[in-house]
Amino acid sequence: MNFTEYIPGNSFIHRILPKYKLLMLVFISILLLVFSSFIAYGLMLFCLLCLYILTHISINLIWKQLKPFILVLCVIFIAQLFFSSWQSAVLVIMRLVILLLMAALVMLTTRSSDILDVLEKALSGLRYVGINPAKVSFAISLSLRFIPVIAAITSEIKEAQRARGLESSIIAIAIPLIVKILKMADDIAAAIEARSYNP
Amino acid sequence: MNSKNIVYIALFSALTTALGLFPPLTLPIGVPLTAQSIGCMLAGSIIGAKRGSIALCIYILLIVIGFPVLAGGKGGLGVMLSPSGGFILAWPLAAGLIGYLYEKNLRSLTIIKEACFIVLGGIVLVYAIGIPWVAVFAELSLYQAAVGTLFFLPGDIVKVILVIFVTRLIRRAYPSIDIKN
Repeated sequence: MNFTEYIPGNSFIHRILPKYKLLMLVFISILLLVFSSFIAYGLMLFCLLCLYILTHISINLIWKQLKPFILVLCVIFIAQLFFSSWQSAVLVIMRLVILLLMAALVMLTTRSSDILDVLEKALSGLRYVGINPAKVSFAISLSLRFIPVIAAITSEIKEAQRARGLESSIIAIAIPLIVKILKMADDIAAAIEARSYNP
Repeated sequence: MNSKNIVYIALFSALTTALGLFPPLTLPIGVPLTAQSIGCMLAGSIIGAKRGSIALCIYILLIVIGFPVLAGGKGGLGVMLSPSGGFILAWPLAAGLIGYLYEKNLRSLTIIKEACFIVLGGIVLVYAIGIPWVAVFAELSLYQAAVGTLFFLPGDIVKVILVIFVTRLIRRAYPSIDIKN
């Protein structure tokens, strides 16, 4: 499983600083909610596809970005057809597709570590509100590290319960999993403090 | 905030991710029922308001950064900008509300009270934020968005019942957990 969507490359889009890409994404998202016309959306879609071509991203990949949202888009399209007009339905779908493709372009051309850096710098402004950016980064790193651990524990517990004939019971899996997590938290916290870590 | 609290936050954020690995059931009405929203209910009821809401905030940061931690391997900014993004953004608030109510009533908990708390935080509050979001992104009226969202209500009720059982059993199996950190 590819853990991030990043695709290495050397295109113009890749080389833009992540913070500008994220700011542009927010800005254009707001614009999309303000303006509403076929011509504007058509132009934006055209520009987006040009940007995709610039980064040498394949058509397959573009489709893969939209596929998880097909069901939602279809439901909204039908709802709009039913409650409003087909023009309104097409406009809404176009706007959503533009948003999704823009977000996907940013994700495909930016490393997760770079985005994490941007977020940490952005959060440093919140230091005066009591948020420690180093602790946030620490929590994120820990969380990422724990995901495979919890998945492994879940598999273990599933097999153990299956051996006891309790495979179909969700509660029989959830209880030992969470108790294990809580006990693991105590051990890990003790280990961290024993190593004098202080963010 | 000490190391133990940070570890709790990270673990429950990872737990919410792991819940997405369960294959979604499909209810008879054809709506997929994913386990992931159970994460915010569990976080609030087990580790409290502050740590629970921060855990869900970390989870949302993981989504924004681009990790495929949502059910079905989805992730990235596109999820937050889609019509269902509002429900996800509501999860930290839901965890916070559930945790707060649990903390205030820790000594007089009954099944009825727990049900009310989790319904208030996990269903009422989440829908109150998610439905307007759907209305804005899909250009529907509030009423239309609300009607469409009702299909998910049976699944959420099942989740609430499940969370009540799990929470009560956890508290019995591991009484040293300190919800007020």
